[in-house]
Amino acid sequence: MSLVRIEGLRKSFGKLEVLRGIDLDIAEHEVVCLIGASGSGKSTLLRCLNLLEPVDAGRIVIGDEEITARGVDVNRIRRGIGIVFQAYNLFPHMSVLENVTLGPRKALGMPRSTAEAEATELLARFGLADKSDEYPDRLSGGQQQRVAIVRALALKPAVMLLDEVTSALDPELVAEVLNVIRELAAGGMTMLIATHEMGFARDSASRVCFLDDGVILEQGAPAQIFSHPSEPRTRQFLDRIIAAGRL
Amino acid sequence: MRAAFFDWGKYRDSFPAISRAFLLNVKIFCIAEAFILVFALLLAVLRSLPGPVFFPIRALAIAYADFFRGVPTILVIALLGFGAPALAIDGIPTSTTFWGVVSLVLIYTAYVSEVYRAGIESVHPSQEAAARSLGLTRGQALTSVVLPQAVRRVIPPLLNDFIGLQKDTALVGILGSVEAFKQAQIEVSADFNFTHYLVAATLFVAITIPLARFTDWLVARDRRRRLAGSLT
Repeated sequence: MSLVRIEGLRKSFGKLEVLRGIDLDIAEHEVVCLIGASGSGKSTLLRCLNLLEPVDAGRIVIGDEEITARGVDVNRIRRGIGIVFQAYNLFPHMSVLENVTLGPRKALGMPRSTAEAEATELLARFGLADKSDEYPDRLSGGQQQRVAIVRALALKPAVMLLDEVTSALDPELVAEVLNVIRELAAGGMTMLIATHEMGFARDSASRVCFLDDGVILEQGAPAQIFSHPSEPRTRQFLDRIIAAGRL
Repeated sequence: MRAAFFDWGKYRDSFPAISRAFLLNVKIFCIAEAFILVFALLLAVLRSLPGPVFFPIRALAIAYADFFRGVPTILVIALLGFGAPALAIDGIPTSTTFWGVVSLVLIYTAYVSEVYRAGIESVHPSQEAAARSLGLTRGQALTSVVLPQAVRRVIPPLLNDFIGLQKDTALVGILGSVEAFKQAQIEVSADFNFTHYLVAATLFVAITIPLARFTDWLVARDRRRRLAGSLT
């Protein structure tokens, strides 16, 4: 049974139709990579899944609950879905430890001592133990993004959404973040990842979806999508990526 | 002219009385400031409520800010300070100083709420999105993430308004409350020497300067803590 089921999802901003009927099932432990040009709707899809954007039509079901139903407790839903943003979005006025414990303390009502113990353990697991008292502005981009991942993990989400989490990073910092994601995948975390890192998608995804103009034009195993895409648009997109030396 | 404005002997003579009167200015300032900080924040938050449901509240908040920023302070003080006690209704305080404080709170709440609002709007929406994505409610996102950053950013302009408030406490003197300016006026009317006004002026300046340095220190400390070790 699928953990995430998206049916006929539509979303417009004014006259601009960004998502034009997305259907996607994600099984537990699956790592699905969304690829496609900027503006194809990858980020919007992730934001809709986290209810940061209200959807216009269609349904999203996570587990056995329709999260797009009327009157659902959006705060409870969001606690079960971790999202990591391109620009990290850490809270600059809080230390790393405070960033990570804010969710568990405020949203889950966890006592500070428990939240801090769990956060410290998570930070250590991702090589950030010595950074817990630092403020975000003092960390490198790679470290900040790893903190953002830990912050999302602190709520023990059932699924993680990663929105081009390496796009804002200097090239030499990309690997440390991708390694964290690989580790999560190896640990069985269900993930939906919007990415421009084609090498990563090819090696680590269980499935790759090519988004084009608000629809999933083509999906399949990475080997199939990257080596034998059936749609001309997919081929065109991949050719441009190869020409740019990114694959 | 020197004798009329800078008479050292007169300065020394009236200094103790005017200093004592100045304590009332400080008192008015402190009490008013405490209320203003809270009310203005509340007003700014009301004004930033999203969606059509809150339109009436937003409209009221805007009307309030427009009105009390538009009316001259001295007019509100005269209206409430002379008017309210004149009603002679049981339970309404008759202290002119009380109504002076109320007037200052009404006016400065309007000004300071605009400062807070600028601060709230300067916090990028992605910060609230990040907080909400962790399952925080709108209120929690506001109090834990948006407001702490907003308030830090507006500390210098906040101080600017409080220097204005500190000076405007002198306006309460028109109601007859014997604060520094009123006391100086009394002294001047006794000997027609304007040095007494200078005494009041030095007292106002003397309290403004430490206030300004304190704010600089607060801002620098916050910056140091966030950026220590990095190059920027």
